[in-house]
Amino acid sequence: MSLFGFSLKPRRPKSAQTAKDRLQILLAHERGSGSQEPDYLPAMQNDILAVIRKYMKIEDDEVDIRMERRDDISSLEINIEMPTQQKDATAAKARSR
Amino acid sequence: MTQLKEDGPRGRVIVITSGKGGVGKTTSAAAISAAIAKRGHKVVVIDFDVGLRNLDMIMGCERRVVFDFINVVQGDARLSQALIKDKRVDTLSILPTSQTRDKDALTSEGVEKVLDELRKDFDYIICDSPAGIERGAQMAMYYADEAVVVTNPEVSSVRDSDRVLGLLASKTQRAEKGLEPVKSQVLLTRHDQGRIDRGEMMAVEDVLELLAVPLLGIVPESTAVLRASNVGMPVVLDAPSSAASAYEDAVARLLGEDVPMRIGSDKRPGLLGRFFGRSA
Ligand SMILES: Nc1ncnc2c1ncn2[C@@H]1O[C@H](COP(=O)(O)OP(=O)(O)OP(=O)(O)O)[C@@H](O)[C@H]1O
Ligand SMILES: [Mg+2]
Repeated sequence: MSLFGFSLKPRRPKSAQTAKDRLQILLAHERGSGSQEPDYLPAMQNDILAVIRKYMKIEDDEVDIRMERRDDISSLEINIEMPTQQKDATAAKARSR
Repeated sequence: MTQLKEDGPRGRVIVITSGKGGVGKTTSAAAISAAIAKRGHKVVVIDFDVGLRNLDMIMGCERRVVFDFINVVQGDARLSQALIKDKRVDTLSILPTSQTRDKDALTSEGVEKVLDELRKDFDYIICDSPAGIERGAQMAMYYADEAVVVTNPEVSSVRDSDRVLGLLASKTQRAEKGLEPVKSQVLLTRHDQGRIDRGEMMAVEDVLELLAVPLLGIVPESTAVLRASNVGMPVVLDAPSSAASAYEDAVARLLGEDVPMRIGSDKRPGLLGRFFGRSA
């Protein structure tokens, strides 16, 4: 962003630019998904659970879904706690866009 | 401070409300939550403004929202999935609202269930109310133990605050069950001493005389508020400012400390004052 972000003067990059950058990312996501965005996640979670259950026994709270939106890419992180055999959680990472 | 952590109230529900829109509820909810959390208490701040999600932007976590309050109320997600942990203060969490639903998505049973679950984990539950006095605002205040009524020294804001104080005294669970009333206090924001001196704006005493409830604090009009919102920081986590000090003082009073009332301002201290934040 600002070339002068690290200059000796304790001046920070203009906050208005930060505001614009944040909004640009957010609005692109909100528009891009046709205002439906947050709604498919619960349904998708259920589908994912159903698929996993075809192969193993897991409880609802053993699956965790997180999302991080970034400028050009969003990452969707699905963490599944595996019962018995493996103690540590297995992470499956999927990327969108 | 530490002793408050031990025997302080667990799961105290505090609604930030106002009636009138745009007076500084969300700014205050973010600042108050962060200031309480900074003291080591576990705090969650909930966005009740369904359909107009904004708390996430003010808190700077807008990119991390996956599930929201409505998903939890409707049983589509677990509370732990919807809670976002603040990256700066580890005792602070945010429960964002939905951007796509409307206020009818909230039911009082659903809200009660979520609050009951939050009480187990948090010392303070801060509810950022939508503007107005209808369903959404009533839902935000219904389970409150305390209320912070955000008021600007201006006629319509004072009038709306009075309406809201009436609702807090009658349309809350505490009122309906005949329990100890909701403890309501006024937070005067966007205070501008210059305009008061010129007779353009009502003074603090005028507002208090009209509303007849205790004063929690006086937050000056400050450029720091806009700056902080630009970068997604609650104002008390950003660089020192008159507004940040005012919120810190208000929170000390909210937690029962005896802090003398003072009126800060952006203007008087000049450049240095900006860094050291304070004025008389
Ligand atoms: N002390 C202050 N000094 C300067 N500007 C302020 C101050 N407090 C709030 N503002 C500004 O006022 C505007 C409205 O603030 P905010 O969003 O917090 O109000 P609100 O009551 O939550 O609004 P709504 O009713 O729409 O939810 C914002 O632009 C904010 O930056
Ligand atoms: Mg608001």
